[in-house]
Amino acid sequence: MTAVLAPGSTQPSTKQALGVHFAGLGRSFGSSTDRRTVLRDVTVEVRPGEILAILGTSGCGKSTLLRAAAGLDVPDSGEVLIDGTPVTGIDERCAVAFQEPRLLPWHTLQANVAIGLPKSSSASAGKAKVLELLKLVGLDTFAKHRPREVSGGMAQRTSLARALARNPGVLLLDEPFGALDALTRIKMQDLLLDIHRAQPTTVLLVTHDVDEALQLADRILVLGRGEGDEAGSTVSELVTVPGSRPRDRNSADLGTLRSSLLSLLGVTGH
Amino acid sequence: MSADHATPVSTAGLEASRAPATAGAVPAGRRPGGRRLLTILLGLIVPALILLAWHLSTASGFFRPSQLPSPASVLAAAVDLVERGQLATHILISTQRVVLGFLIGSVLGVLAGALLGLSRIADVLLTPTVGALRAVPSLAWVPLLVLWIGINEDSKVTLISIGAFFPVFTTLYLGLRHVDRNLVEAARAFGLNGVRLLTTVQLPAVVPALFSGLRLALAQSWLFLVAAELIASSMGLGFLLTDSQQTGRVDRIILAIILLAVIGKTTDALLGIAERWAVRRWA
Repeated sequence: MTAVLAPGSTQPSTKQALGVHFAGLGRSFGSSTDRRTVLRDVTVEVRPGEILAILGTSGCGKSTLLRAAAGLDVPDSGEVLIDGTPVTGIDERCAVAFQEPRLLPWHTLQANVAIGLPKSSSASAGKAKVLELLKLVGLDTFAKHRPREVSGGMAQRTSLARALARNPGVLLLDEPFGALDALTRIKMQDLLLDIHRAQPTTVLLVTHDVDEALQLADRILVLGRGEGDEAGSTVSELVTVPGSRPRDRNSADLGTLRSSLLSLLGVTGH
Repeated sequence: MSADHATPVSTAGLEASRAPATAGAVPAGRRPGGRRLLTILLGLIVPALILLAWHLSTASGFFRPSQLPSPASVLAAAVDLVERGQLATHILISTQRVVLGFLIGSVLGVLAGALLGLSRIADVLLTPTVGALRAVPSLAWVPLLVLWIGINEDSKVTLISIGAFFPVFTTLYLGLRHVDRNLVEAARAFGLNGVRLLTTVQLPAVVPALFSGLRLALAQSWLFLVAAELIASSMGLGFLLTDSQQTGRVDRIILAIILLAVIGKTTDALLGIAERWAVRRWA
C-alpha cells in the first residue's frame, strides 16, 4: 500500500515517513532596535506518519514554524531535525503546499507538477509519475491545461500533486485549503486523507480552522502565549484528537475539544 | 507499476463538471478572418480622409505648391527618386542602421537589465550610475561620439544603440525586481536555484514586460536614426530630409516623413505580432 507513489520513481523504494523534531525553536523579526519575537522555545516531537495540525491565531508564527522545517527560513535559536539530522537550507525531504497554488502560469498543470520531481528522477520515469499523480488528484484529463484555465480547487490540487511529486518524507501544508469555498474544502480534506492513507507520510498542516484540525489531525498543536508574559508564541497545548478518521463531526467528544480549543484561541461562548 | 495504485481518489466529479465553463471562457478566441479584415479597413478610414483633404486643399489652391505640394507631386517625387536609384538606398541604409542599433542596444539592455535586476550587489553598485547616464538627454552624446568615433556608420549605430538600450534595460530591470516573490519562493522550496530558477521562473515571468520594452526601444531607434542622419550623413531618410530642406524640395520632405511613418509602423507591427505570441505563451 505504501507503494502508491513509488512507481515511476528512481528511488529504490518509497521514502519512509520521517519524524520531525523542533528543538527549542526561536525566531524574531525586525531590526535590532525594533525586534519582534514571533516564536520562542518551541519544542515538539512529530512522530513519523502522523498528521499534526498547527493551530493558532493569525500572526502567531504558524507559518514561520513550517517555513523553518522546509528550510525556507532560518531560526534564530534552536533547530529542526528531520529524521535526526538538522535542516540546513532547502530540505529535499520536505515538500510544501502553500495557501495559494503558486503555479507557474506559463506552464501546463503537468509541467507544474513536474517542478516537484526530485532532481534525480529520469525524464521518462518523471513523466510517468507526474501523470500518475494528476490521476491521483483527479486531474489527468486537464494535464495540458494552463493554471488560469482551471478552477481554484483544481489549481490547489495541482499544487498538492506537485508537493507529492517530491516523494516527501514530510509534507508541509500551509493553510492549503484556506482560500477555497466550503464544498471544495471538504473534498480537498477527503482527498488529503485518501492520499495519506495511500502513502502515510508525515503531515504538518497549518490551519486556522478548528474543525479542519479536528477532522484531519492525529494531534493538534496550539501555538499561543503560554504562561507568563514573555513575547512570542510557544507550545500552549498539544492534544491528541480522540477517535479514528473519518470522525463524526457531531460527536460529543469533539464538541468538548472544539470548545476548549476555541477558548485557547481566545474565542469563548461557542 | 501496478494499475490499482493509480486509482484516482474521489473528488473528480464535481470539478470536472464545473471545468468546461472555466476552460471554455479562457482560450482567447481567434477572431474570424472577416472581423480582422474589417478592423484593418476601419483603421484605414482616417488616413484615406487625410489623403482626400490633402488632395482637395492643394487642388483648390488653398495651399501653394511651395507650402504643401499635392499628393500626386509627392508620388512623382518618389518615382523620380526610384528612377535615379536613390530611394532604395536611402530606405535600406536607414533600415540597416535601425536594425543594427536596435539589436546591439537591446542585447546590451537585456544583459544589463538582467545583471542589475538579479544581483543585489550589482544593483547597489551600478544603478545610481546607470540612472545618471539615463538622465543625459541622448543627443548630448552626439559631439562626443563624433569626436571619438568620427562621422561614419559606427557613430550612428552607436547613437541608435544608446536610444534602444534604456527602454529595454528599464523594463527588464523593473520586471525582474517585481517577479512574484511567492512564485520564486515556491520554486526555491522545490530545490530550484541559480540558473534553473532563472530560466524556469524569473525569465519567463518578465517576457511580456521585455517585449513592451523592445517595442519602445524600436520606436526610440527610429527617433535616434533621424537625429543621427540629420546631423551628419550622406545617405538615409534623415539625410533626405535635411538635403531637401536645403534645396527647398517640400515634396521630398513629405515623402521622407510618410516613408518614416510607414516603415516605422511596419517594423512596430512585426514586433507587435511577436509580442502577442509571447504574451499568449508566457503570461
